[in-house]
Amino acid sequence: MADAVLRVRDLHAGYGDFRVLQGVSMEVAAGEVVALLGANGVGKTTLNRALSGLLRPSQGAITFCGRPIAGIDHAAIVRAGLVHVPEGRRIFPNLSVRDNLLLGCYVRGGATRAQSLARVLESFPRLAARLRQAAGSLSGGEQQMLAIGRGLMARPVLLILDEPSLGLSPKLVEEMFALILRLRAEGLSILLVEQNVVQSLAVAARAYVMEHGRIVMQGAADVLAGDARLRAAYLGL
Amino acid sequence: MTALLLPAIVGGLLTGGVYALVALGLTLIYGVLHIVNFAHGALLMAAMFGAWLLAAKLGLDPLLALPLLTAAMFAVGWALYRFVIGPVSRGQDRAILLATLGVAVVIDNGALMLFTGDSRTIETPYALAMLQAGPLLLPEAKLIAFVCALLLAALLWAFMALTDTGRAIRAVAREPEGAMLVGIRPQRMFALAYGIGTACLGAAACLLLPSFYVSPQVGESFVLIAFTIVVLGGMGSFPGALVGGLLVGVTENLGGLYLGESLGPICVPLLFIAVLLLRPTGLFGAAR
Repeated sequence: MADAVLRVRDLHAGYGDFRVLQGVSMEVAAGEVVALLGANGVGKTTLNRALSGLLRPSQGAITFCGRPIAGIDHAAIVRAGLVHVPEGRRIFPNLSVRDNLLLGCYVRGGATRAQSLARVLESFPRLAARLRQAAGSLSGGEQQMLAIGRGLMARPVLLILDEPSLGLSPKLVEEMFALILRLRAEGLSILLVEQNVVQSLAVAARAYVMEHGRIVMQGAADVLAGDARLRAAYLGL
Repeated sequence: MTALLLPAIVGGLLTGGVYALVALGLTLIYGVLHIVNFAHGALLMAAMFGAWLLAAKLGLDPLLALPLLTAAMFAVGWALYRFVIGPVSRGQDRAILLATLGVAVVIDNGALMLFTGDSRTIETPYALAMLQAGPLLLPEAKLIAFVCALLLAALLWAFMALTDTGRAIRAVAREPEGAMLVGIRPQRMFALAYGIGTACLGAAACLLLPSFYVSPQVGESFVLIAFTIVVLGGMGSFPGALVGGLLVGVTENLGGLYLGESLGPICVPLLFIAVLLLRPTGLFGAAR
């Protein structure tokens, strides 16, 4: 893949002596939605933390837009356009919705801020109605929208969405996937980590399956969706 | 007695304004770093000696020295966090607490060595001047201090509410990992918060100097009041520190008026206990 936005080669990372990632290699192309599947505890979140600079990898290479970023400062990674919307949202509960969004473009400064804010609020009209409210007082679904909206404020090239549909009602899950389709149509590259296998494969072009800190399967989403092994392991079919 | 009541209340408010400024610094550091800054009193004392040196040796009026000393104390606080408290603590709250205690011991004893235990004071033209306002005679020095303290509190509030750096400091206070994900460096914000909290002391020192003696022990009395205000107002709360400061100033004066010099000082602790009995999180504290 010549035009890969993100390229990960033989990545190892962990916490102290506990090695979680044991040689992960993967790619995301420009404008591509890639699903990262796997059970709890296989290292998906650890991979995301290593990609976004929250965790320093012990070995391996990460290239983002042609630049090596493994182990560099998390702020520089955000500035380069790799934005991670984490599991658990991690919004600022004590700040207003507006302040949460404005901090989304902390590394970009004020020049494009008003424009970014208008664009994000257009995508999330429910946030627009609650701009002055404390973010901690929002519902779970609204908090998830805010977390994504805050991520979009940084004008990302690649957005990592970690379990965006977790804990949402079926209707909101549907809205979430509709949003991912919209972002895909706008040309954003997305790495989507999900428990919701069927819907993830429906919006993704390709997918990786992780087990025990390694990629064990990869391929086109529609092929994987029909794969007997995957269906048995994750869909109980 | 009622003729004395109004002046006592107004006098209490005036002193309370400066108490509030000292408490604001303490509550900011608590709110962001989640530690009680044991070095607060020592740093206030150091700032007061700084203001005294500028006044006594260079003839610089404390009010003119205020911007200078505020900036200098910001630098001192920032550097203390950046080079001492931060590296020593390695992110552990308990270790930060002990590091601030260590800093306090060093400053306190350094001051004793340099200045001995004597009290010092300066003369300003406005120290004893009075301003007639209707039936009230207002001490000019305290009036100036009150107005400056409230202006600085407003400025600090605006900074925290309206600037990116202020938002980032508030964000780090509650959600450091979320802050990292938008590109904020938490350790920088901690150092800034500690610097700003210390800068409040630089300003407070200049406002206090015309009306108070300076000695190496002077910090203790103020910091005890500031701790009371911060807990009374709600730990980490800005409005709590402001209202608490004014309330403590007034209570102190009324206690002195009605109960006299020796029994009067029990009123602030009594108020403190009463508030905590009725509202354990303090006046403006969020329920946890």
